Amino acid sequence: MDFASAQVIGAGLAAIGVGAAAIGVGHVFGSFLESAIRNPAAADGQQGRLFIGFAAAELLGLIAFAVAMIILYAR
Amino acid sequence: MATEAEATIDPMHQFQIDSLTGSALDGSPFAFTNSAFWMLIVLTAIYAFMLGGMKRQLVPGRWQMAVEGVTGFITSMLTTNVGPEGRRYVPWVFTVFMFILFANLMGMMPFGVLTPIADYVPGVGLVAHPFTITSQFTVTGIMAIISFAIVLGVGFWKHKLHFFSLFVPANTPFLLKLLIVPIEFVSFMVRPFSLALRLFVAMIAGHILVKVFGSFIVSGLNADGAMGPMIGLLSFVFIVGVSALELLVCAIQAYVFALLTSLYINDAVNLH
Repeated sequence: MDFASAQVIGAGLAAIGVGAAAIGVGHVFGSFLESAIRNPAAADGQQGRLFIGFAAAELLGLIAFAVAMIILYAR
Repeated sequence: MATEAEATIDPMHQFQIDSLTGSALDGSPFAFTNSAFWMLIVLTAIYAFMLGGMKRQLVPGRWQMAVEGVTGFITSMLTTNVGPEGRRYVPWVFTVFMFILFANLMGMMPFGVLTPIADYVPGVGLVAHPFTITSQFTVTGIMAIISFAIVLGVGFWKHKLHFFSLFVPANTPFLLKLLIVPIEFVSFMVRPFSLALRLFVAMIAGHILVKVFGSFIVSGLNADGAMGPMIGLLSFVFIVGVSALELLVCAIQAYVFALLTSLYINDAVNLH
């Protein structure tokens, strides 16, 4: 296998992490919505925590994207 | 055909920094780049926005309401996260929030906004391309380092060496402390990187996505047969949706940066 094709395959494998982060972000918002519908009065007070969880889950996906880009554009 | 497309369309080119005033080889180490130019534009926009809302009328107009909405938003974020002392940190968090928000939004401007200027002023051709300042790790990194420096400064100023108790959770057995203290230390030291990385990668990813699907439109229209224009049309619809999503991401990233900064300040002010 030559370098270029290995590079593209590696970048594609690294991009799996972005999908995993999508599951995480969906879980964060889904759980928030689930509990916010049960207790709407408490929902507004938890928005800060919602976005903290979102940021933590999203960061890992963005890191996976950065790794994919580094692999893809490595010389 | 694939090789032709690769030769002409490079989604990373939009992040390239070019000097507008000549190359660094001319002698001066300082160059006025397109990044600096867009920072000036962003600052002008923020200045105009704030100026319109600083009239201090007793009954605020629409514009003043908009500005007071943003300041009130930041103030309430700091008071809920840090406590009454949080109001002292409003200037920095507000500055960073406004700068990131405006830089993100103005980087989303479509290609042709300033193109007519390039025809009349020589040497301004590069400016025609809207540049996303926050897509550079240097810019977001400096902002993250300033936030981190504020956390360190406030922490050591208020608690002296007691600030190190941030790494030691209360009432943990000794053996567990051996494990937790290094983890807490690493998670503390990695904060500026995560803060900067999140913003810059989110911006880069969105812009690459838009540019890649933009290139699909071009190659779709150039392709033979009925299939190409169909794909171009689908890509166009997709781009419209992604652009709307990107506007949301612009606001969320600015909010997350401000929120995490206020959380870190809370750690420094109140320990935990």
